[in-house]
Amino acid sequence: MLELRAITAGYERHAPVVRDFSLTVGPGEVVGLLGPSGCGKSTLARVAALLHRPDSGTLLLDGEPVRHWRHRAARAQRTAFGVVFQQPRLAADPRLRLAHLIAEPLYATGRRSEVPDRVTELASAVGLTPDLLTRRPHEVSDGQLQRACLARALVLRPRWLICDEMTAMLDASTGAALVAVVEAYRSTTGAALLAVGHDRTLLNRWCGRTVHWETSCEVPEAS
Amino acid sequence: MTVLSVRGLSVRFLMPGGRRVAAVTDAHFDAAAGECLALIGESGCGKSVLVSALLGLLPANAQTAGEARLGDLDLLAADERTLARTVRGRRIGLIPQSPAAHLTPVRTIRSQLEETVAALTGVRGRAALRSAAEQAARRAAFPEDHLDRHPHELSGGLAQRAATALALVGDAPLLLADEPTTGLDRDLVDHTVDELRRHVDTAGRALLVITHDLAAAERVADRVAVMYAGRVVELTDADAFFGAPGPRHPYSRGLLRALPDRAFTAIPGMPPELGNLPDGCAFAARCDRAAATCATRPPMTATVACHHPYVPEDSHA
Repeated sequence: MLELRAITAGYERHAPVVRDFSLTVGPGEVVGLLGPSGCGKSTLARVAALLHRPDSGTLLLDGEPVRHWRHRAARAQRTAFGVVFQQPRLAADPRLRLAHLIAEPLYATGRRSEVPDRVTELASAVGLTPDLLTRRPHEVSDGQLQRACLARALVLRPRWLICDEMTAMLDASTGAALVAVVEAYRSTTGAALLAVGHDRTLLNRWCGRTVHWETSCEVPEAS
Repeated sequence: MTVLSVRGLSVRFLMPGGRRVAAVTDAHFDAAAGECLALIGESGCGKSVLVSALLGLLPANAQTAGEARLGDLDLLAADERTLARTVRGRRIGLIPQSPAAHLTPVRTIRSQLEETVAALTGVRGRAALRSAAEQAARRAAFPEDHLDRHPHELSGGLAQRAATALALVGDAPLLLADEPTTGLDRDLVDHTVDELRRHVDTAGRALLVITHDLAAAERVADRVAVMYAGRVVELTDADAFFGAPGPRHPYSRGLLRALPDRAFTAIPGMPPELGNLPDGCAFAARCDRAAATCATRPPMTATVACHHPYVPEDSHA
């Protein structure tokens, strides 16, 4: 259970971009957060993923309040999240080969021994060939790089996935393929998902419940 | 009246070690005044290279073949001086792919608009420039109270509108929009493409939209060209493509099936590397209709390049 309670967050002291926003993502639930450009939904996604400290409000993970953010957050809390951002070019270290990019969270948490198995397993799950794994980001397309970023988000087997406009840069087929990968992961692990986006059709198709930003009223949809 | 006529355009990149990357191969299409042609395809299929080729913005290791005529000028043969002084901004307006990278980061949107107005039109004088820039901003629905901001202070949607405003300043007869709607929300996408459509309808411009957003293409386009692995594999009317009888190339059908309001299933596999294309049909490895004939390259017929395209009779199956 991921609970955001009365979150106010922003980048300037007196001009928060998110005001008093509450949202609950139940265990195994898929929640879509739908809003127009620049409304603050990405900021909220960053708060939910422990990547941005809110000005006020509480974030509860399974009832446990979060006290620290970013690198100061407890490792058990940090690694419970997998995040996929909109722009793979900005989210990938240009110096790392894709295999290393996917394995980076394992190196960072001292689980080096799992690297070969997990990378092979995830590369085939997201559809990356062994040849692509040896390349650096500038040598692959946006779609291929986003596949690697999704594999990186899944490598620590997170309990919560946050997908911030994951498919906005991608063509229809690659987008559908990545959504299928996320759903396959969720069906085996029971992870919950917060999908942030502006594509109503996509979120209604993908998510059990879609929250509209403008009114914050919840619109139930069949998944 | 044809504004842009592309005949047999090919672009090759020479890579270190003698490798050649076939980014665009033998593209043929026209764009007429008052018409919008949408070029669709997945990322890395050569769409943006085609735009760069038309504007003479390819890197030094690129080789081009064929011709692209804009009126009586062959864009591929024109020298840099001609392109810089008479073509870019004046005869071709470019709406770029990533406005955040296209705008100058250290100057406000107002100052960039005023500079563009001064460079491309006859407007002179501080007050006149100021009001012309504000008018240009209004044409692209860029809010006036954001004019004094720098690009990093804008959301993706507003940055896109700023770039669109810059592209419209020169009143060019041909607009090239390279992924104009990436990162915008649905309402803004609709607004942006409607705005582009308006410039096509009222001013008689030709518009070439490069996009992977099929919903935006459906909304704006008169004709659709589908690109796969550097080749145009289908070129047809938008109504027939998105409605009945639907596209004829198996790849085009797969793209439409991947939409969330249709089957939402991906085409299996990934596109081939442009540096290592098969001899035959580049889509054969992912195609459920592939047969032995697909080992040879299918020629482009009237609308489609495929050995066994869907024919109107079986398209409702």
